[in-house]
Amino acid sequence: MEVKKRTAIRSMEYGDFKNNDYLEKMVDELNRDGAGVILTTIDEVINWGRSNSLWTLNFGTSCCAIEFMALGAARYDMARFGFEVTRNSPRQADLIMVMGTITYKMAPVLKRLYDQMAEPKYVVAVGGCTITGGPFIKSYHVVNGIDKIIPVDVFIPGCPPRPEAFYYGMMQLQRKIKVEKFLGGVNRQEKEPKEEK
Amino acid sequence: MNIQEKIAQLVPGMTVAEQGEAVITVPADSFRKLAEALRYDKDEPMDYLRDIVGMDWGEDGLGALYYLESSKTYTRIILKTLTADRENAFLPSVSDLWKTAEIKEREAYDFFGIRFLNHPDMRRIFLREDWKGYPMRKDYDMSSNPLNMENEENADTTDEYYLNPDGTIADQKNIVFDEKDFVINIGPQHPSTHGVLRMRASLDGETICKIDPICGYIHRGVEKISESLTYPQTLAMTDRLDYLSAHQNRHALCMCIEKAAGIEISERAQYIRTIMDELQRIDSHLLFYSCVVMDMGGLTPFFYGFREREMILDIMEETTGGRLIQNYNMIGGVQADIQPDFQRKVKEFIKHMRSVIKDYHDIFTGNVIARTRMEGVGVLTKEQVISLGATGGTGRASGWSNDVRKHHPYGVYDKVDFKEILYTEGDCFARYMIRMDEIMESCNILEQLIDNIPEGEYRVKTKPIIKLPEGNFSASVESSRGEFCVMIESHGDKTPYRLHYRSTGLPLVHSMDTACRGNKIADLIAIGATLDYVVPDIDR
Repeated sequence: MEVKKRTAIRSMEYGDFKNNDYLEKMVDELNRDGAGVILTTIDEVINWGRSNSLWTLNFGTSCCAIEFMALGAARYDMARFGFEVTRNSPRQADLIMVMGTITYKMAPVLKRLYDQMAEPKYVVAVGGCTITGGPFIKSYHVVNGIDKIIPVDVFIPGCPPRPEAFYYGMMQLQRKIKVEKFLGGVNRQEKEPKEEK
Repeated sequence: MNIQEKIAQLVPGMTVAEQGEAVITVPADSFRKLAEALRYDKDEPMDYLRDIVGMDWGEDGLGALYYLESSKTYTRIILKTLTADRENAFLPSVSDLWKTAEIKEREAYDFFGIRFLNHPDMRRIFLREDWKGYPMRKDYDMSSNPLNMENEENADTTDEYYLNPDGTIADQKNIVFDEKDFVINIGPQHPSTHGVLRMRASLDGETICKIDPICGYIHRGVEKISESLTYPQTLAMTDRLDYLSAHQNRHALCMCIEKAAGIEISERAQYIRTIMDELQRIDSHLLFYSCVVMDMGGLTPFFYGFREREMILDIMEETTGGRLIQNYNMIGGVQADIQPDFQRKVKEFIKHMRSVIKDYHDIFTGNVIARTRMEGVGVLTKEQVISLGATGGTGRASGWSNDVRKHHPYGVYDKVDFKEILYTEGDCFARYMIRMDEIMESCNILEQLIDNIPEGEYRVKTKPIIKLPEGNFSASVESSRGEFCVMIESHGDKTPYRLHYRSTGLPLVHSMDTACRGNKIADLIAIGATLDYVVPDIDR
């Protein structure tokens, strides 16, 4: 068989890769005119602790859940990042990790579990099925994206995502938590942003 | 005497399909009589009902295909029966002849609205109880059931339809759970049900009286979607059914299409497919080991299982590009040739696997607690597993020789010397040991194949648009957890008229009720884990 000319794999330009650094920029902007030293320091400590001990509610319905199990095993070892504790009760969980297709029959159950979780709570949508319905988008029984039911913080695309992708997604969630304000500045009157020169 | 002649004697009105497989059409009123005669035949009892495939033939009416096999001679036949009345479609039930028909007939009712007379439990199984219409019918309106966020209530009563002596059809209410029953709900979101299976169990103290499985929490309508896809496109769905048998599932569908379209694939592709199937089987059984142990409370062996599993995934990934979902088999062969050091790595893996299997047995198999929790628990007899259609390791643990690789060889299994692992106890421990022994047996198969891969093309050229001739076609493989079968009905188009997958897990979930009755509630997890079902494969 003759060897065909291979089509080059199109990769992203480095500049196109948006590493979600709007999160840190937003904080810088808010802190530009000064913020309470004590309260923000306490905030940082709290958020450092929270973001490094995320307790997951595993909502694994299909294939992606098996990749999550690989995350727990020795090679990928998610304990390094502090989210190895998985809970099976929504009351004890910080975030719900939705892995796998959500069908019409499952949708009310997912909503109920989300409602049962204590604030602050986060949602990570893993895999093509949870994001848009994936290969089953034309089905009569598949929810086309769980953002129609519950608000989603981080999307991790893939079918299923590689363990490395899981980590990238989870680390984005950690960054998101790290810039949250718990104590200072919630009710503070924001100043008009100065005109850029 | 030929089986077709035998049926012709019993039912003079029968016809045999000329194209495709020999489907024997039987009028609905004499179907029940024929089924009884075949089931209790002296020489060749058709005691294993492989599947019931509901069908919608448009103006001809609704009906079903019955795939039967004899556990003695392994002869396979296909019966077809239909009714022209679409509004009130009634067929006779065979649930008292084959126990597996109890759940398969519910599936046909759920998708096609065919009611089975004298079936004790005519409820929906996959869809919500308030679902309108029957989605697999050709005239189903796809937008008729929008997303309903109301919580679903499950009724405790069910319908049974029966025929009065004067020919009218009457309805009676049967009770699933009494008001006095103490019912606990397990799932759908439970870490030990291996997916989103839900079971309602009624208890007497700690003893299980009855289990009512409720499926459909991951029902994605794969069969309906496939009807609008071309044959190469349908391949994408198979890996996502039972993701731990991804290669085998896709092998079955490719084989079925190749058989129907008359495509001969090269020897090299056959070898590669068979090797991949066996690697996948080891992968699945290693995961089984990890999960069984974790469900029963041990965490260390989980890391053992995954350590070796990652090695297999590495080997597969190098060649196929995927870890879990590989999309490797294609119509006419495989997607890509094997990597140069594939053979060396497989040989290294076999050597490594043989050296560490002792650790597996040391840490768990010989453990006193593990033995007490598994031995004599959840016993299924040979008659029960045949009647339930529980194939794979579950059947073989009860002494039912049902390995498709042995009895209906495909790929290059006829060139390999391997033994079928059989146990006779039928308890959890036997089911566990079957899988552990099969890992070693798969290593033996791999060893015989890996050095003998012949040279040649890995893929033959096919036509750009694949059309199958009219008729019914099927192909079955031994997947990691039982017989996986693909049934296609083609009307000569480039898309299938109906594509059905025989779920390996549905009979296993159905056998939970039989296996658990009389056992303690704590054993339910161990029994469920050793039956080893994968839920997306059940719901499809």
